[in-house]
Amino acid sequence: MIVKPFEQIVAEHGPMVLRVCRAVLGPADAEDAWSETFLAALKAYPELPSDANVQAWLVTIAHRKAIDVTRAQARRPVPVGEVPDRPGRTEAWNGDLWDALARLPDKQRLAVAYHYVAGLPYREIAEITGGTADAARRAAADGVKALRACYPLEGAHS
Amino acid sequence: MTDSSFFSSALELRLPDPHPLHERLVEDAARRGLLDVAYCTADTPVGSLLLAATEQGLVKVAFDRQDHDAVLAELAAAISPRILRARSRLEPVLRQLDEYFGGERHTFDVPLDFRLARGFRRAVLDHLPAIAYGHTESYAQVAAAAGSPKAVRAVGTACALNPLPVVVPCHRVVRSDGSYGQYAGGEEAKRVLLTMEAA
Repeated sequence: MIVKPFEQIVAEHGPMVLRVCRAVLGPADAEDAWSETFLAALKAYPELPSDANVQAWLVTIAHRKAIDVTRAQARRPVPVGEVPDRPGRTEAWNGDLWDALARLPDKQRLAVAYHYVAGLPYREIAEITGGTADAARRAAADGVKALRACYPLEGAHS
Repeated sequence: MTDSSFFSSALELRLPDPHPLHERLVEDAARRGLLDVAYCTADTPVGSLLLAATEQGLVKVAFDRQDHDAVLAELAAAISPRILRARSRLEPVLRQLDEYFGGERHTFDVPLDFRLARGFRRAVLDHLPAIAYGHTESYAQVAAAAGSPKAVRAVGTACALNPLPVVVPCHRVVRSDGSYGQYAGGEEAKRVLLTMEAA
């Protein structure tokens, strides 16, 4: 059996996990969640079964870390007049789309992030977020519909 | 365009190299004792060398022709898959290799992890640093020095499988007739090293 060095896992899945963290948490907290996710993954990696779906495994960890980050935020007093950090245009991040994602209800945002950004099937998403695969499918569809209404998803179809 | 491809293109993100997030992961991992193997590559007169170190010390040096990806997969299986590209742990050996190939250094002084060589192979490697810079010994001489005068072939195997070539100088072991003999880095690499050391 060939064991992939963890560096290869970071190279193959790092950009996807960062996109998911950004979609779920927004750019300001995404990097902390990414770091926590890959540190936890590195720790657990030697015990990962060889037939495991690495992508779903990483998104599951990222989901938990995102909840931790959100909870820590809820405990922090909200700073007055602070504008969330946004990367510049050079970073190829579409700020409008992020805004639109951030306005979605949690369930829809997670379903959109895990299905369309991470590429997971609804069955896997249901295992991560709870609920049924059908509920995840509906949440993703509603989310995309809402995004279309406020953001020009040019040529997109589901 | 499907929604999936729309999202992956609209949310396009690359990790530039070296990415600050990668650096942070390496630092966090090292601090928490999770960086079992750190590696990097170095361009040298004998080609690109893969250098890998555990917390104990340098554990593997590999030539380009040995296929660095295959070597990393071997390390993942033999030591631990907790492997990250991380230059910082290799800085001392990188500096000393620079000095060595610049002709300013004759011996290496970095912690070595010999876990990939055991038994007689380890005994052979233990003797090799005793062959001084610019000198050579025959396989038979090394066999005698390692305590098994008849094990000339086994010395050849130990040298061929040396996990730490260049740093542990198996290139200084040559055939009794003076010809170079085989080398993990290829005969040409052995010639380059011995010619440089003889200058």
